[in-house]
Amino acid sequence: MTEPALFAPLTEPLSDSTTARALAEVALLGVIGGALGTWVVLYSLSYSAESLSHALLPGLVIAALAGWPLLLGGLGGIVVAALAVGLAGRIPAIGRDTAVAVVVTAAVGVGALLALSPDTPPGIQGILFGDILGVTDLDLALAASLAAITLGALRLLHGRLLAVGFDRSSAAAMGASPTIADLALLALLAAAIVVAVQALGNLLLVALLVGPAAAARLVARRAWPMMALATALAVLGGAGGIYLSYYAETAAGASIVLAIVGLYALIAATTGVRLLARRAG
Amino acid sequence: MPDSGNPVTLAATADLAAGYAGAAAIEGVSFRIEPGQRLGLLGPNGGGKTTLFRALLGELRPLAGSLSLAVGCATVPQTERSRLDFPVTALDVARMGALSRLAWWRRPGRSERARAIAALEAVALADRADAPFGELSAGQRQRVLIARALVQDARLLLLDEPFTGLDSAAARRLEALIDELAAEGRGVIVATHDVDQARAWDLVLCLNRRQVGFGAPESVLSREVLEATYAGHIVEIPVNGDRQARGILPPHHHHHEEGE
Repeated sequence: MTEPALFAPLTEPLSDSTTARALAEVALLGVIGGALGTWVVLYSLSYSAESLSHALLPGLVIAALAGWPLLLGGLGGIVVAALAVGLAGRIPAIGRDTAVAVVVTAAVGVGALLALSPDTPPGIQGILFGDILGVTDLDLALAASLAAITLGALRLLHGRLLAVGFDRSSAAAMGASPTIADLALLALLAAAIVVAVQALGNLLLVALLVGPAAAARLVARRAWPMMALATALAVLGGAGGIYLSYYAETAAGASIVLAIVGLYALIAATTGVRLLARRAG
Repeated sequence: MPDSGNPVTLAATADLAAGYAGAAAIEGVSFRIEPGQRLGLLGPNGGGKTTLFRALLGELRPLAGSLSLAVGCATVPQTERSRLDFPVTALDVARMGALSRLAWWRRPGRSERARAIAALEAVALADRADAPFGELSAGQRQRVLIARALVQDARLLLLDEPFTGLDSAAARRLEALIDELAAEGRGVIVATHDVDQARAWDLVLCLNRRQVGFGAPESVLSREVLEATYAGHIVEIPVNGDRQARGILPPHHHHHEEGE
């Protein structure tokens, strides 16, 4: 057998421009998800990421109903969600956790109410589960720009993010402001969510931000290797999901999430077995 | 080291009051520390030791009195305050000390790395540079945080109960390191609960929301001062059945960790 035939199962989907575009998009989102996800996991921001992505549902639905670009709806939704969480958190009797939960459920409720109204255009499903096979050149350009911005910002802030995450209380004396670190991460996170939501949907995109980084954390002993491994896992899981959906004809977004969770389970099992063996030995 | 003639005072306060939201947590603090001096900071929990550190670091503005600092000072916090599961090596932590001198767009480079390695050498941990911080023993972690303060170029070091959780071998090692730092001409302020340990140093400052005493240990550490410092909750232990009981335990339980 010749080499091209051997790789045919891998190259064949690429001849289909929709699939090729989806692969490119998932690779770019994987770079963002792996690198930024590392800090989301290290700063315990997973719950915030999940909340933000769910809370922008009404914004997305309103944009879909009004025929505006989804990006605009996502941006509006995330600003409103952030303000609502900030305000609810100030009510003395409500804890921060509860405030976030209340705002997010309310937002999902409003979003569902709007989405289930009779004059809803088709395609509302894409908001929840993503439409990675429908990405446009503009989407690709956006994802590429955000990937570049995210990597640049994380490289610039690396030492300070490390110092704040390691010991928040003495970071300021070290010249690393916790407020700036938090704001920078949240801004990048919000941008990542808004850009990723069209491809992966607001129910599924958190998997890309949290799954690969959580898996990388099980093995990496330093932040840079953790970011590199998380990025590799995110791209691998994303591409694996696209191939899975191509051959098994399953939903693309859900396949990606399952591939990422599968990689996590594989690494968790391997490290778990190694740990047990070390204890027994 | 400016070792010529009269020593420069590293830090001095006069009738300093500092606290939070306008309410003083400490009052009437007047002390000075010079190069090469080790100062034991004694006082009960909540007596204002941390407040004094924060005032020296510039995080709290004096509410009254004055505070003057001639040199850079750095804090060495308790290692339990940092996250032991964080993916950083000893070298990464030491290198964090370089951040304060770098403009925000500059990343630590080769010279910062060299300084961090030299600082780890100074605390006898160069061979553990690549070890994850969380896998080091409590004593080693404390020394890494001292290395970080050395990278910060601090001439005045503030150690916050550094002996908590150390076994006796690690504690002796840390005491020797404190002596070395002082011998290099640095000032070292150590918050501690161990009165007998502080007797061996050059100065003591007794703090219980206000200054109870300051000066050389032999002149300050009387029974009256210690009772005022610890509000009477002290336990005396006769030492070798001697004419004068000297061992004094403040009301604080030490946790000892296994192994160094």
